[in-house]
Amino acid sequence: MALSSYVLLVILGSGLVTWLSRVIPFILLKQFKLPKIIVNFLGFVPICIMTALWMESLFIQHLGQFPSLNVPNALASIPTLISAVISKNLLIIVVVGVISLGIVNLLV
Amino acid sequence: MTGDLDTKSALKETLPTVFGYIGIALAFGITARANGLSILEIFLMSLITYAGSAEFVIVSLVALHAGIGSIVLSVFLVNARMILMSMVVAPYLSHESMWKNIWAGTLLTDETFALSMNKLNYTGRKLNFRWLDTANLFAYLVWGFSSAIGGMLGNLISDPEKFGFSFALVAMFIGLLYLQMVSDRTIKLMVQFIVVLFVIVAMYLGMRWLPQNGLLLVVTLLGCGFGVVLKHGTK
Repeated sequence: MALSSYVLLVILGSGLVTWLSRVIPFILLKQFKLPKIIVNFLGFVPICIMTALWMESLFIQHLGQFPSLNVPNALASIPTLISAVISKNLLIIVVVGVISLGIVNLLV
Repeated sequence: MTGDLDTKSALKETLPTVFGYIGIALAFGITARANGLSILEIFLMSLITYAGSAEFVIVSLVALHAGIGSIVLSVFLVNARMILMSMVVAPYLSHESMWKNIWAGTLLTDETFALSMNKLNYTGRKLNFRWLDTANLFAYLVWGFSSAIGGMLGNLISDPEKFGFSFALVAMFIGLLYLQMVSDRTIKLMVQFIVVLFVIVAMYLGMRWLPQNGLLLVVTLLGCGFGVVLKHGTK
């Protein structure tokens, strides 16, 4: 199996910067406590990141213009959201989401 | 989700993530193979870089023979949000040893981060190494092997998008966002709702000016800042 030195260096370099981003906060926060204002700030990270990741899949970027809507993903989001409200069960939500997009892709 | 922080509940609660990972990792393997990477390269990238969406970015840049430095910089920008997520999770593991902290951070992803945030709402805001490590390892192994299998399927499947699996993780974030909003008692529901609207509008407007890779981080930081102001204003 082929392994070029170019790809290997890319993998190792990318791996290193990703690993440092993941691990340095753990090392520092094992020794220091964050001030209250930062803790408050970080409290909003989960909902902000989850919303932003969702929006990334709903909008299609065209730099210099406003984004267009990813119609299949937007349509599939509706039953997914409804299933979240009704079931509150992550496995059900994921299955409903995948089936919804599968059906939308068949129709659109 | 339950209040138990043992191996069994971690495995059970990571299942939706694993289901999503299988779909996306297969699609990743297929895409990477189509762009000329070998199965070994695909497998190593998923095991060493282990960076979900950033791996798709790497494949597209490798196909263009981009410089190593510029690829690594792009990956750093895409993954800089990990710094924020690790900062949020780390305080909950500070009672564990340094090595356990480093290991938990090494395998943390968007998805296991989101799961652990949700878990906090069921455990009286407690987390331990065993639960997070089980979730992390389960997700990691499934991601690695599924991307290799995707590479082996290679050219058999030309359009992995059409099966809807690409939506599995989006669906998970929609679900976790909803569950987070209704169960997190540390921030008022109305404040959370306004912050979510703010992020939606900021992502929409921001896409005009900033490439998506950097935008996610900028909008998250703005959203958190806006949230802090709002939280203090409504007290």
